[in-house]
Amino acid sequence: MSVSEYVLELNGITKIFPGVKALDKVHFQLKPGEIHALMGENGAGKSTFIKVITGVHKADEGEMILDGKKVDFRGPRDAQAAGIAAIYQHVTAYPHLSVTENIFMGHEKVKFGKILWKEMNAEANEYLKNLHADFSATDEMGALSVAQQQMVEIAKALSMEARIIIMDEPTAALTQTESEQLYKITESLRDNGTSIIFISHRFEDMYRLASKVTILRDSHYIGTYNVSEITNEDLIRAMVGREISDLYPKPEIELGEEVLRIENFCRTGYFKNINFAVRKGEILGLTGLVGAGRTEVCETIFGIEKKTEGKVFLSGKEVNIHNPTEAMKLGIGYLPEDRQHQGLILDWGIGRNITLPVIDALSNHSWLNEKKELELAKRLAEQVDTKAVTLFDKASSLSGGNQQKVVVAKLLSADLKVIIMDEPTKGVDVGAKAAIYVIMGELAKQGYAIIMVSSEMPETLGMCDRIIVMCEGKVTGELMRGEATQENILEKAMAKSHHTTEIEVR
Amino acid sequence: MAQTKRIIAAEKVFSWKKFFLQWEWFLILVFILVNVMNMIISRYYLSASGLLTATSSFLEKAFIALPMVFVLIIGDIDISVGSTVALSSVIMAESYNKLGIPMGVCIVICLLVGTLCGFINGFILTKFTELFPMIVTLGTMILYRGIAVMILEDQASKNFPDWFSNIFWGKIGSVPYMLIVFIVFAAVFGIVLHKTTFGRRMYAIGSNRTASKYAGIEVQKIRLLVYTLTGLFAAVTAIFLTSRMGSTRPNIGEGYELEAISMVVLGGVSTAGGKGRFVGAVIAIFIIGFLRYGLGLINTKSEAMLIIIGSLLIVAVMFPNLKLGSLIRRKTKSHK
Amino acid sequence: MEKIKSIAKSLTKSREISLVFVLIILCAAIQLKNNQFLSFANINDLLVNATIMCVLAVGMMSVLLIGGIDISIGSTLALTGMVAALIMRDFPQTPAIVSALISIGVGIICGLVNGLVIAKGGVIPIIATMGFMNIFRGATYIVSKSQWVHKEQITPAFQDFTLNSTFGINNMIVVAAVCFAVFAYFLKFTRTGRKIYAVGSNAEAAQVSGINISRIKIIVYSIMGGLSGLAGALWVSKYASAQGDSGKGIEMDIIAACVIGGVSLNGGKGTMLGVVLGCLTLGILNNALPLINVSSFWQDAIKGLIIITAIILNVLTQRTLDKNNLKRREL
Repeated sequence: MSVSEYVLELNGITKIFPGVKALDKVHFQLKPGEIHALMGENGAGKSTFIKVITGVHKADEGEMILDGKKVDFRGPRDAQAAGIAAIYQHVTAYPHLSVTENIFMGHEKVKFGKILWKEMNAEANEYLKNLHADFSATDEMGALSVAQQQMVEIAKALSMEARIIIMDEPTAALTQTESEQLYKITESLRDNGTSIIFISHRFEDMYRLASKVTILRDSHYIGTYNVSEITNEDLIRAMVGREISDLYPKPEIELGEEVLRIENFCRTGYFKNINFAVRKGEILGLTGLVGAGRTEVCETIFGIEKKTEGKVFLSGKEVNIHNPTEAMKLGIGYLPEDRQHQGLILDWGIGRNITLPVIDALSNHSWLNEKKELELAKRLAEQVDTKAVTLFDKASSLSGGNQQKVVVAKLLSADLKVIIMDEPTKGVDVGAKAAIYVIMGELAKQGYAIIMVSSEMPETLGMCDRIIVMCEGKVTGELMRGEATQENILEKAMAKSHHTTEIEVR
Repeated sequence: MAQTKRIIAAEKVFSWKKFFLQWEWFLILVFILVNVMNMIISRYYLSASGLLTATSSFLEKAFIALPMVFVLIIGDIDISVGSTVALSSVIMAESYNKLGIPMGVCIVICLLVGTLCGFINGFILTKFTELFPMIVTLGTMILYRGIAVMILEDQASKNFPDWFSNIFWGKIGSVPYMLIVFIVFAAVFGIVLHKTTFGRRMYAIGSNRTASKYAGIEVQKIRLLVYTLTGLFAAVTAIFLTSRMGSTRPNIGEGYELEAISMVVLGGVSTAGGKGRFVGAVIAIFIIGFLRYGLGLINTKSEAMLIIIGSLLIVAVMFPNLKLGSLIRRKTKSHK
Repeated sequence: MEKIKSIAKSLTKSREISLVFVLIILCAAIQLKNNQFLSFANINDLLVNATIMCVLAVGMMSVLLIGGIDISIGSTLALTGMVAALIMRDFPQTPAIVSALISIGVGIICGLVNGLVIAKGGVIPIIATMGFMNIFRGATYIVSKSQWVHKEQITPAFQDFTLNSTFGINNMIVVAAVCFAVFAYFLKFTRTGRKIYAVGSNAEAAQVSGINISRIKIIVYSIMGGLSGLAGALWVSKYASAQGDSGKGIEMDIIAACVIGGVSLNGGKGTMLGVVLGCLTLGILNNALPLINVSSFWQDAIKGLIIITAIILNVLTQRTLDKNNLKRREL
């Protein structure tokens, strides 16, 4: 029996779905105790690839070799039994059940058919202790934070004696501190001989953790590189297949007068004493760590939720916004964070999605005017360069980046002064990202005031005139374009948890 | 990156295949079959009077199906309509018989009671959005009929003025008033659903409630309106039904929610919301109505009818999920 | 004062404990109006009459736990009881126990059909069970040719079951207690039981972790059917007859009992203790209303009102809880 130096090998993996080739002869090699990053644009095939490894999909061509032996998984359970565990971005947890149950679901400790709760609770607590968790095994899963739930997922993988752990965008929803904790856990897993594959859009994750990185593009295998030898430019070129010289096309614009101002804005439990203003043509960044309250502030401005205190001023006049309809009438538009559930009606065609906010304006006394709708939709869809054939293409058939463009087009259909964009490039591939930045620049040139909520430092630094930093519901800093750096933004984003010399006196 | 602007087509490509693989053609086929069956059963069926008699046998129930289309399109459900029919009818009857209120006013009272019942449903659901329509309308289903029982106990209420029975039995020439009223309402509902901004908003709510909210649609207001409308039309049914029977009891209208939902669902409207066309519901109303009539002609026991309608409902909903059905269904445009 | 407040707060956090308090107050109030209420005879009566409801509620709990619903149980009860009664009428040699098992068996089949239509046919539970509610009811009438089965036609041993006692406790109460115990164990200590909670809590996650959701759904509805069959047999035994309209409307009582007992209609949440308390509440209501001279014609309206009030209270309690949680977040 040959002893392979690799714990996992995939050769020539091809996977075809009706009408689409998701993977085309992909290769992959993983050593024991190795942290291996998997990167590529959205739609490159990373998720499908992971699903083949975890047994969710069966490859149409190619072979998978585990510990030198060929394996053929019939389903996720086979992969689990073979020691492969996956931790996904959207935590797949049972909120009503306890931590113990979430860890042991599917492989409970049983004696003569009876579940042994005491033993399971004890073992679960052991795992939690080793992960330095600050909660107990009998706590209800739904009461935990995202980071804590992720820890439970790791405990679950450990309880199944996983030798290969796959993490899908593990730091996407974590604060800096929590990410640090996760890095440490991942490194100690590696030191114990576990191999780890992770997918991430964040270069920092890769540089910090991985020793090797494999890149996929358009379902093809591009190559595997040593992390220590690769640069950002090499990475991007491999992922995108072309040079992206001007990542952040921010135009120089003369700023106009103040359009929107919020004063002493509060919502119990979410944010307090938020003050800022935006001017015509300005791109204001609203940054901070996940959980800082940025989306909540925007949703409250837009009327999705009610404020408990504070005032909103539009062009100097105080306004009261109770719902999104009023907000839009006043000229405030919102690009939601979750484009699939909040931004689009996936079942509908692009055209109808775009015109939805303005069907009344286009109508004759409530009679739908299809002709006007189509004209408007066509103009806007082309303006944002949507990759689609007709206006009747279903929104669900578009890629993430194009869906985002449609949501932007939707925004443009209304008569707006202020546009709030919440994570406009989240989950969007590098190519479409650039397109969206161009659109933002154009909008700013046309005089819109733009508020951009973003968790991506480079994007914030690249596109914004001014940056507001929030931390745990409060504004902790305001930086101008020239003076902002990754370091001082981070410092303000973590103001409370770290620097004792800068204690805020109430 | 692309340097030339991409052109997006704004014309819809017409395909004969897509056109004919629509659910409504299937319904027309079934409709023809039902009529053929009825023709075989009775020679008098395929005459003007025969068809009109057949129509009158079920049409009063159909009034509930009209707003029920809206309810299902916005992704909700209402199983309290049968009870609303009973309550509004009972209150109307007792207002006349026990309180001596003139019958005309009693009819208005009936409509008000129905509207109120629907409004209560809508109010609870829109103020407590955490609640599911199924459980709330289950509760009101029990409550409304319970109140009807409290009022009439196990008695009947009859002795209405002679002209009252004209509402159901009256005709212009040989066309019943009821049919004319139905056609008018059906036309209005259909136009509202497919040609107005209100209808488009309902489809949006049914497809994705959250996205509708973010697009500025007043979701809760529309839901409240739809539920209130449902209650109103349950009262309309109550009026026609009571006029037909000449009397009322607390147990009338039992099973009407099943029939109304069956008619709408068979018509191609999905219980998930956002899908279906009005014309399909109308055809389905007549399919079920004529089917019942035909079965009645051959003296099918009411118990057997229960089985048939129950099975019809299940098959109608299941069919799109099975292979053949989904082939036909997939070609149905999601709206219009 | 503060300490009492905090004890009160922690007590009301448990829904079950709040319910016990409500029940105690309710009983006290009724006893004041009619001091026969808390007599041994009446309590026994109350419990016996609540048995059938308890048996059905245990089944309904599992259905609600996976986020479904079943309004066909009244019809299943009637159909299964009628089948058993017809067997006893037409084949008087059949031992009583066999008739009872046939009732349960038919019930399981009814539940199985429901489960298949829901799990494999993609029909939502309210519609599927609404359809079967009518189908089973129609079948009951057809199978019995719209005739009752009378006392004389029912095996004496069968009838006597619900009149006899085991260890001094009426058999019906024993049956209910056994049901509670068996299913409490099933839901807490077996893997399948936990899978039911899992499916109700997060069906997507359950699917991904390899739980066969279709199978769980079919199992749950079959259990409900089987228990309906058991209830059907008990019904025929207790009322010594089988009628076409037996059990009509009973599903509402059952759902009310579960809702009051804290079983969440969205799935994933609910305890057997809560269901027991809910059944007790409804049993008390059914028993006490006549005792305090409330006309039986008022019962449905009161039940409907209770359901609506209970679910609204649930929402309000949860909202207050959430609000307090928010306030506690130090900003």
